[in-house]
Amino acid sequence: MTRKQRRLTIIGGSLAVLAVAAALVLNAMRDSIVFFSTPSMVAEKHIQPGRRFRLGGLVQPGSLVRGENLSITFQVSDSSASLPVSYKGILPDLFREGQGVVAEGAIDASGVFRADTVLAKHDENYMPKDVADALKKQGHWKDEYAKPNASKPEASGVAQGERGTVR
Amino acid sequence: MTAEAGHYALVLALGLALIQSTLPILGARWRDSALMNVARSTAIAQLAFVVFSFVALVSLHVTSDFSVINVFENSHSMKPLIYKITGVWGNHEGSMLLWVSILTLFGALVATFANNIPRSLKATVLSVQAWIAGIFHLFILTTSNPFRRLSPAPFEGQDLNPVLQDIGLAIHPPLLYLGYVGFSIAFSFAIAALIEGRIDAAWARWTRPWMLAAWMCLTVGIAMGSYWAYYELGWGGWWFWDPVENASFMPWLAGTALLHSAVVMEKREALKIWTILLSILTFSLSLIGTFLVRSGVLTSVHAFASDPARGFFILCILVLFIGGGLGLFAWRAPLLRQGGLFAPVSREGALVFNNLMLTAACATVFVGTLYPLALEALTGEKISVGAPFFNSTFGPLFASLLVAVPFGPLLAWKRGDLPGVAQRLAGAFLVALIALAATFVFEGQPLLAPFGVGVALFVITGAITDLVERTGLLRTPLATVARRAAGLPRSAWGTAFAHMGLGITLLGIVGETQWGAERIVSMNPGDKVSIRNYDITFDRTANRTGPNYSELAATFTVRRHGETIGVMEPSKRNFAARQTSKSESALMARGVSQLYLTIGDVNPDGSVAVRLYYKPLVLMIWLGAVVMFIGGGLSLSDRRLRVGAPRRARAGAPAMVPAE
Repeated sequence: MTRKQRRLTIIGGSLAVLAVAAALVLNAMRDSIVFFSTPSMVAEKHIQPGRRFRLGGLVQPGSLVRGENLSITFQVSDSSASLPVSYKGILPDLFREGQGVVAEGAIDASGVFRADTVLAKHDENYMPKDVADALKKQGHWKDEYAKPNASKPEASGVAQGERGTVR
Repeated sequence: MTAEAGHYALVLALGLALIQSTLPILGARWRDSALMNVARSTAIAQLAFVVFSFVALVSLHVTSDFSVINVFENSHSMKPLIYKITGVWGNHEGSMLLWVSILTLFGALVATFANNIPRSLKATVLSVQAWIAGIFHLFILTTSNPFRRLSPAPFEGQDLNPVLQDIGLAIHPPLLYLGYVGFSIAFSFAIAALIEGRIDAAWARWTRPWMLAAWMCLTVGIAMGSYWAYYELGWGGWWFWDPVENASFMPWLAGTALLHSAVVMEKREALKIWTILLSILTFSLSLIGTFLVRSGVLTSVHAFASDPARGFFILCILVLFIGGGLGLFAWRAPLLRQGGLFAPVSREGALVFNNLMLTAACATVFVGTLYPLALEALTGEKISVGAPFFNSTFGPLFASLLVAVPFGPLLAWKRGDLPGVAQRLAGAFLVALIALAATFVFEGQPLLAPFGVGVALFVITGAITDLVERTGLLRTPLATVARRAAGLPRSAWGTAFAHMGLGITLLGIVGETQWGAERIVSMNPGDKVSIRNYDITFDRTANRTGPNYSELAATFTVRRHGETIGVMEPSKRNFAARQTSKSESALMARGVSQLYLTIGDVNPDGSVAVRLYYKPLVLMIWLGAVVMFIGGGLSLSDRRLRVGAPRRARAGAPAMVPAE
């Protein structure tokens, strides 16, 4: 094999691997990407039952009902719309009524969002970023959602006062 | 006073970095040894000042000086001492200070120990290192000063995020940073080589120890982070394909490729340009990792603060170093001379394949991590890319690499004999096939499991085959074998161990993902639940108080075939200062498998939600990483990496063993 042939073999092999990688990525992009929606977006877009997506919003205060065998239902709302969610299992530590939540699953035939995952990931403000952005966009953002802000010690002082800590 | 002294020390470190970033490189241009020698003392002095600054911050945290904002926001007087110390890097400012401490540590190590490299190269390397350090000093001083004061000083701090109050925080970030930052040395060497316009096999030999050390730290750092997430987050997962995890995984993939391509460069003077490019890319990915985690573009427990100014600054650093590095590469790389020839089927060819697969796998992770960010920035649409994406892209690429792993070390340089190697691997292949068949017969579904076990055993026995072939075990008398084993280069042992570790990790992954069992039940005291022949009885709950939390602990007795084998005590902790609660999981190891138990909410009727997992082979996931670390260490201790150091390397060398 000449130098040129060897180099062509290697370049050809590299291109083949890249092509395979690109094909895998494009294929996965089609099937395994999950979109994010808020309840009002769900109402607008008429998402098909059975199609998986991520639902984000606030857990409506007073809506949490614990049933038999760890089944749980609650309403997720973004103030202009709300959607019933059912889930079976243990809720994450930071799950609370009135706080933000992200659930992954699909709407069933009766219009209930069946979540198989309720996300425990929250930032330090206990508000998932997606939810905060969506609320801000819709003008429902309230400043008290933001708890201690790292760059503003005054604000954290207030937050501390609320918690009844001696200052 | 301590805070001001620490702050001032950091300013002085910046000054030293500025000197180090200019004088030595000019000295290298002008062949002025006085100027070149400046690098050594500034690198060491810079380390001293940064360490002083770091120690100052630690002492502020230990003494709970809440007049410093950083301490106030992340500490609490009742917090145990160990978490007061680790809490220093459990926040943005402190962790950046740790980052530069490690960066300057590496700079000082190069200044002190890299005595076998040409002086002009060393001076240039240290200057490039100081560019990085200088920018990061500036970043800390302008946007993330950990020594800022608060007036009036509060009486009590806000405590550290409970998730971070764990021994994992003591180990995981420093190791990860040692890995990330360690690759800065490879970057500096690559940039220096491009500036000098000269690069040869010796370059690879000088940089390889640093790459290896960084890779070892990154390997265990990632594994440690994974184990921490596993027991701390309480949902039993050990890898979530979370962008923050991917941020550390991408440099690992690129760094692994770099380690392998540097071997080719060292032995055969081939792949020079590619190795230089990989050095730049690996550190770039480390910087991108820092950006992703620190800028707040991703929101998770790692993004301690979301401040646009910081994100913008880090973005500028990224553009400067990645853009500058690649620009310099494009300009200077054509000057580098071509290296040795090799046939596609050869050791070099195998290593090229390794590099191709690793970089392609890294690219898919990169796309999966950054595509949602790019899409959101461009169209505002929010998507999430999770495990299914990575399983169907990264999975096949890495699987095909794994199948090829045993072939690499057995192929000869320049021109390999594939049928011959296949013959030598017949034993390994047979073992894999038997394991596959046995798994299929005994466990059956899911179908992926038998193949996973087969590949894992092929990788492990393949690595052993390599050692057997080299020592002539089974063919020659034991005395000869022992002599050969002793004479075998440490790097050969290193390769075998690292590859074995890979197989062990894979075995753990297959076991955990394919055969794991999960039960979620609501239990009252006295209730019993069974999982895989283990009977777990819920005995009672008790309220307890810790230093800065109160907890509800539940006691469970574990029995197997009626025999009591232990007690598990998961709990739910309530941290008053932050008004947050978190679950503490209970783990019980059974060999390399584990029982995993967490409790959730207490229901109105007094029952407790219990989540129980059986995790077969799960410990092998991290055990494999430890074995890889050992492999790296063996390679690092190889004699040849010190060749070129004054004489000593030659003396005492055993009978001529072909350096491998």
